[in-house]
Amino acid sequence: MQIGTLRVKTGFAEMFKGGVIMDVTNAQQAEIAEEAGACAVMALERVPADIRAQGGVARMSDPKVIKEIMGAVSIPVMAKVRIGHFVEAQILEALGVDFIDESEVLTPADESFHIDKHAFKVPFVCGATNIGEALRRIGEGAAMIRTKGEAGTGNVVEAVRHARSVLGSIRRIQAMPVEELMTFAKENGAPYELVRWVHENGRLPVVNFAAGGVATPADAALMMQLGMDGVFVGSGIFKSGDPKKRARAIVRAVTHYNDPAILAEVSEDLGEAMVGINLDELHEEEKLAKRGW
Amino acid sequence: MKIGVLALQGAFREHKQMLERLGAEAVEVRKPEHLAGLQGLIVPGGESTTIGKLAREYGIDAAVARRVEAGDLAVWGTCAGAIWLAREIPHYPEQPRLGLMDIAVERNAFGRQVASFEEDLEVKGLDKPFHAVFIRAPAITRVGPGVEVLAYHGKDVVLARQGRLLASSFHPELTGDFRLHRLFLDLANNLVTS
Repeated sequence: MQIGTLRVKTGFAEMFKGGVIMDVTNAQQAEIAEEAGACAVMALERVPADIRAQGGVARMSDPKVIKEIMGAVSIPVMAKVRIGHFVEAQILEALGVDFIDESEVLTPADESFHIDKHAFKVPFVCGATNIGEALRRIGEGAAMIRTKGEAGTGNVVEAVRHARSVLGSIRRIQAMPVEELMTFAKENGAPYELVRWVHENGRLPVVNFAAGGVATPADAALMMQLGMDGVFVGSGIFKSGDPKKRARAIVRAVTHYNDPAILAEVSEDLGEAMVGINLDELHEEEKLAKRGW
Repeated sequence: MKIGVLALQGAFREHKQMLERLGAEAVEVRKPEHLAGLQGLIVPGGESTTIGKLAREYGIDAAVARRVEAGDLAVWGTCAGAIWLAREIPHYPEQPRLGLMDIAVERNAFGRQVASFEEDLEVKGLDKPFHAVFIRAPAITRVGPGVEVLAYHGKDVVLARQGRLLASSFHPELTGDFRLHRLFLDLANNLVTS
């Protein structure tokens, strides 16, 4: 019997496809997410919109809160660690968390290196803005990739940019003659073996979710129609006027992303969406997507 | 032959690919009308609470039940799908499900993700072991009189059949071993007798 294998880790990520993973900060929100049909929850202390508003150093959540959330719901529980903070990851693994997000939403702990994710039994998801970044994270052992988008803004434009960048590069790699792959790997800082894998298979070797700015059912369905495997929703649910209704609507929108009649039905009367931030009002140094190397 | 894969949430794409490689026509099922003309339905792994809720809301469970009871649809549930088939889900009696197979299926019976594992299983009717991937897997903890056990992991039942219903705790769609998909196509074709 083998545990913690790459197949068990990437296979678990496959089970999230077509689903919505919701940020929650306490057990009560986790129950709302489960009831709405979330396929997993992400336990964290503050949602990205609050991290942005309040500033300061954002760290791994208090294990007590994570344990309360794990006790409250039967669906998988994920939690975030700072980029490069492998001890926070060791702590989450010891708690029995199901998945770890090495996340740019928290304040980075290392400005040069990410965690060696092969060293853990628990699987990791990492953010990426382009193909080179996605394949570097997979090379380090990530079992799942998500777009970074721009968390806590309620603005989907960056998630769209990152999704188009990654998916467009996949299509280009697939069409390239083999002799061009090494130079592509060099220019994009991507491991050659993984570039070859993408060339042969026409997709990333792991599941690829959308994240960072999804606020409405239409946003979620947009990311699915672009070709993403599923959706993370951070601040978009619990910073909106009616979290229960919105959570439920986004789950239905991801399942029926190609059915405009159902999308229209679930989009109706959801109350206030979270207040968004226009990206040109953010200074470059305030953009979380810049974090990660 | 036309086989459906319930595509509400989960690993439906892998099942579709396995079916297509075996020469079957595979269609995604999201609404009751997508069941028309199907001989079989695979319910994939995923989150069982999500799949159960969405199937109930859009009336898929009632439509599948009618077809199964009329004897013209074979159904195979893998992992979350096995939970959906079960008459009984210990600790979660209210969880929405199809409930037509006379088994009890305990969710996350082997623990959380850090305890997920892979292992070779002896499967009744197969000459060589089947490499099985268990992910936050359920176990079949009770089988009714009409249910045939096809594989065990330790004392736990992990593969069972009741007529044209098949339930597995593990994920044959993740390993590229076609033998169980072939068995299911035989069930859907009515080639297997009890």
